[in-house]
Amino acid sequence: MLSEQKQPFLEPTPEEICEKRLYQKMGMTTEEYEKVVQHLGRLPNWTETGIYSVMWSEHCSYKNSKALLRLFPTEGPQVLQGPGEGAGAIDIGDGQAVVFKIESHNHPSAVEPFQGAATGVGGIMRDVFSMGARPIALLNSLRFGSLDKEDVRHLLKQAVAGIGYYGNVIGVPTVGGEVVFDPVYNETPLVNAMCVGLLSHGDLQKGIAKGKGNRVIYIGASTGRDGIHGATFASEELSEDSEEMVPAVQAGDPFMGKRLMEACLELVQAQILVGIQDMGAAGLTSSSVEMAAKGESGILLNLDAVPQRDPEMTPYEMMLSESQERMLVIVEEKNVAEVHRICQKWEVQSVDIGEVTDDGTLTLIHKNKKVTSLPIKTLVNAPMVYREANEPAYYQSFATVDPVQELAGIEVEKAFYQVLSSPNVASKRWVYQQYDYMAQGATVVSPGSDAGVIAIEGTKKFLAVTTDGNGRYVYLDPKVGGAIAVAEAARNLVCTGAKPLAITDGLNFGSPEKPEIYWQMTGAIQGMQAACLTLETPVTGGNVSLYNETAGQAVYPTPIVGMVGLIDGPEKITTHSFKNEGDIILLLGNTLAELGGSELQQCITGQISGRPPQIDLEREKNVQKVVLEAIYSGWVQSAHDLSEGGLAVALAECCISGNRGAELAIKTDLSPLTFLFSESQSRVLLSVKVDHLEKVAQLAAAYQVPLTQLGRVGKSQVSVTVNGELLIDAPLCKLQQTWEGAIPWAMSSTSS
Amino acid sequence: MRFAVLMFPGSSGMECVRIIEKFLKQPVSKVWHRERDLSNYDVIILPGGFSYGDYLRPGALAALSPVIDGVRVAAEHGKLILGIGNGFQILLEAGLLPGTVLPNNHQQFRCGIQRVRVEQRETPFTREYQVGEVISLPFAHGHGNYYCDPETLQSLQKSKQIIFRYYGENPNGSLDGIAGLVNKTGNVLGTMLRPERAVALGAGFGGERIFTSMLRFGREKGVI
Repeated sequence: MLSEQKQPFLEPTPEEICEKRLYQKMGMTTEEYEKVVQHLGRLPNWTETGIYSVMWSEHCSYKNSKALLRLFPTEGPQVLQGPGEGAGAIDIGDGQAVVFKIESHNHPSAVEPFQGAATGVGGIMRDVFSMGARPIALLNSLRFGSLDKEDVRHLLKQAVAGIGYYGNVIGVPTVGGEVVFDPVYNETPLVNAMCVGLLSHGDLQKGIAKGKGNRVIYIGASTGRDGIHGATFASEELSEDSEEMVPAVQAGDPFMGKRLMEACLELVQAQILVGIQDMGAAGLTSSSVEMAAKGESGILLNLDAVPQRDPEMTPYEMMLSESQERMLVIVEEKNVAEVHRICQKWEVQSVDIGEVTDDGTLTLIHKNKKVTSLPIKTLVNAPMVYREANEPAYYQSFATVDPVQELAGIEVEKAFYQVLSSPNVASKRWVYQQYDYMAQGATVVSPGSDAGVIAIEGTKKFLAVTTDGNGRYVYLDPKVGGAIAVAEAARNLVCTGAKPLAITDGLNFGSPEKPEIYWQMTGAIQGMQAACLTLETPVTGGNVSLYNETAGQAVYPTPIVGMVGLIDGPEKITTHSFKNEGDIILLLGNTLAELGGSELQQCITGQISGRPPQIDLEREKNVQKVVLEAIYSGWVQSAHDLSEGGLAVALAECCISGNRGAELAIKTDLSPLTFLFSESQSRVLLSVKVDHLEKVAQLAAAYQVPLTQLGRVGKSQVSVTVNGELLIDAPLCKLQQTWEGAIPWAMSSTSS
Repeated sequence: MRFAVLMFPGSSGMECVRIIEKFLKQPVSKVWHRERDLSNYDVIILPGGFSYGDYLRPGALAALSPVIDGVRVAAEHGKLILGIGNGFQILLEAGLLPGTVLPNNHQQFRCGIQRVRVEQRETPFTREYQVGEVISLPFAHGHGNYYCDPETLQSLQKSKQIIFRYYGENPNGSLDGIAGLVNKTGNVLGTMLRPERAVALGAGFGGERIFTSMLRFGREKGVI
C-alpha cells in the first residue's frame, strides 16, 4: 500500500483521485469520499484526501464505536476530566489529581514488536504529560499466542524488551500489568500500555487552540516519513501485506521523549500554555485539527517551517507522518520567547509554525502556496457507521455444553500441576524483571501482586493500579465478560486496601463490519457499563482498537480495564502473601460449578466452551465492602482475588509469595475438582489472625456474603483435603519450582 | 556534609536528592552537567538513569561533560564520589575507576533485589557494616557486567578495592562477582546497585548504611 510512492513522486490530481478511486488505498470508502466532495463543493486534492482519510479513520473518529462508547458512565464527584482530552483526570484530595489512560499499539507490535511496543509506551506517556501531569507509573496488558511457537516467543521477547526500553530509559516504573497466552492471539498479538501521572489541580492542561493570532509552536523531534498512515493501518485487519507496512511503524527515542517531557512539564509550570497536545496518531493533522475544533477556531500552518528530516517532504507526508516525540503547543505571541528558552534548556527544538485563526478552517501553506483549505468541523465529524449486530452460532451451541461433565474424571493433583505451570498462571517474573519497576523509588508493591502500589511523595497516600481483562469470558458471553473485567479490576485494587476510583478502557476487538464481532462489542460494553455503574467507577477515557484479525480470524473480544484506586494510609496496604503460621484461611464468597472458559478447561481440553462464570454485581459490591472494611479495621493479614485457576491457584500464589505452607480441609457438595478450579466470581481468599476470625465473620454476615473457614497457614507443606480425602500434599518448594520455572523454561527453547 | 547530585540529560537524580534531604537530612544541590566548579561540596553523587540515552556506550557521552573536570579535581582532593548505576558507568568511562561494564551476560535488562556480601569496611562508604555481612540491594540495569583485564583484577584484589560482591546469584555476569569497587585511595565508589532505592524500601535491607557510613566518615573528618 502506497509503497510505490518513491521520490520523485508526482501527486495524483484531484480528478485522478476521484476517477481511479485512489482514496480507497487510504482506507476511505466511496460513500465517505462523496461526503467529502459534498462538504467541499469541489474535489479534494491529494493532501486533503489524506487528511480526511486519517481524521475519518476509526482510530481518530471512533466512527464504528462512538454510539456504544456513549453507554459508559463518565461522571462522578471524583472526575475532574472525563473522556475527550489526552487522558482523564480524577481528584485524589489535597489539590492533587491522577491522570491516566490506556492505549493499544497492536498493529505496529505485530509487524515490528520492539518498536511497536516501545512507541506504544512513548505515546501513552505523552498523552499523560500533555495534560500537565508527571508520569509516575506504567502498566501494560499483553496478549500473545502459544509459547510453543517460535514466532510467538520472538514477538513476546521483542515486545517486552521494547516496553522495558522506553519505560526504563525515560525513568518511569512499570509497576503492573498482565500477560495472557492463547492460540487465538498467535498471529495477532495485543499490546496495550497504560500510564498514570500526578498533578496539582491548577496545572491541568487542555488540548485547545483559541485566541486569534496566538502562535502554534512545534516542539520535539523532526518530522520524517515514518508512520505515514499509521492511523489507517491500525484501522484495518492484518494481512500478508502488513509486512509491507513496516514504514508505517514508527521508531521511538526515549531519550528524546524524556527531554520533551521535562520541557513540557516546565512549560506547564511556567503557566504560559493556552493549549498542548501530543502529535500521536495522524500526527500534525489530528493535533492541529482537534485543538482548533475544541477552541471553535481555525488554524493556519506554514509547513515550510516544520522541522523535516528530508527537505523534499511533501505536505501530504508532513501532515500524515507519525514520527514520535513531537508536541504542538499554543501560546500568546508574548510568550513565544519563553517557550524557546525552556526548550533550549532541555535541548529540544521549538519552532513557530503557524497561528490560530477565527475562520474555522485548516489552512496549510507550502512553498508560499495555499495547498489545503478544509472546514475543521467536517474533519472532526466523521460520518458515523452503524453496524449490524448478530448473535453468533457458537453462542447458541455453547448453551448446552456442561464443562463440569466434560472435565469429570480428571485427577486433582495432575490438574493442579498442569494449571500451575500454564504460562497464564505461572510467575511472570521473566517478563517484569526486564522492567525497572522501582524507578523513582516510590514502588511499594511490585509486579506479581493483585495490583501495583506506589507512594505519593509528600503525603501518606498511595495509588493502587491494575490492568485486567479476560477475553475468554467475553467471547463466551460478552455481557458477563465485560462486567467481570471491571469487577475483577476493582477486586484487585480492593485486595491491596484501595478504594477503586475510575477506569480507562482498552477495547480490542475484531472487525466491526462482521455482525458477530459487533455483537461482541455491544455486549461487552453493556456489561462494562453495568459494572461501572454499580461499582461507582466511571470511565475517564480510553482507546478502541478494531480489526484485530489475521486472515479473517479475529482474536477473542478483549476489553482491558485499567483501574486506579486510592489507599489513604500505609497501614492499609495489604498484599496476597500469607504472613504468619497459624493464621486462619478464609474464603469469602460463593463457589459454584463454573468451569466454562476456565484455565482448567483450556489446559485440559485445549479449548473453551460453555458459559463463563456468572456475576451478580450487587454481591460483588458487598464482597468488596467486606474486604475493605476488614482491611481498614486491621483484621486482614493477606487478601487475594480468586481468578484464573480458581482457589487452587490463589492458594498456591499466597503460599509461594509468603514462603509459607497451608493446610486446608474443605467440605463441599461440588466435586473436589470443580470446587478447587471453579472460577466463580466475587471471591477473595483471606488470612486473618485467630482473634479476628469472629469479627470478620460478623462483617461478612452483615453484608450477607458467605464466608467459609478453609484451614490454616502452615510451615512448608501445602496440603488440601476435600470431603475427607487428601488430594494435594506437596512441599512448598515443589509448587514454587513449577510456578516459577514454567515461562523461563518455555522461553529457553528459543535460541537467545 | 554538603552533597551534590549531578544532573545529566537523561539522569534520574531525584531519588538521590530525596534520600539526602529526607533520610540523611543534609544539604543537597542538583548540579547541572555544564558546571565545572564542585569545590563547595563534600560528597558528589553521580546518579542512575540513562544519561544521553546510553548512546554510543552507557556513560560515554556524560564522561565528556564539563562537570567531570570538577569531579576529577574533587577526587584528587579526597572528596567522596559515589557513582550509582549509570553514575558508575560514567566513572568507568571517565577513567576514575578501572575496568568497564559489558551488557549483562544474559543480554536482558534486569531489575530486582540482590543479595550482596560486604568485603571491606575500611572505606568511607562501608564504615557501618561488618565484613562478611550480607545485605540486600535493588538493582536495575542492562549493562552491569563488570569486566577488567587480569592484571587489573589482581591489583583490585590485592589492594582490597573490591568492597561488595554479589552473593548467591550473579545477576549480570560480573567478573569475580564484583558488585562495587573503590579507587586506590578509597574515596571513589562505583556500584551497579541502587542504595538510594534501598532506603525507600525501608529498614531491614541494609543498603541505607552506605549513606550513613559517609556521614560517619564526615563526622570523623570533622566536616559535620
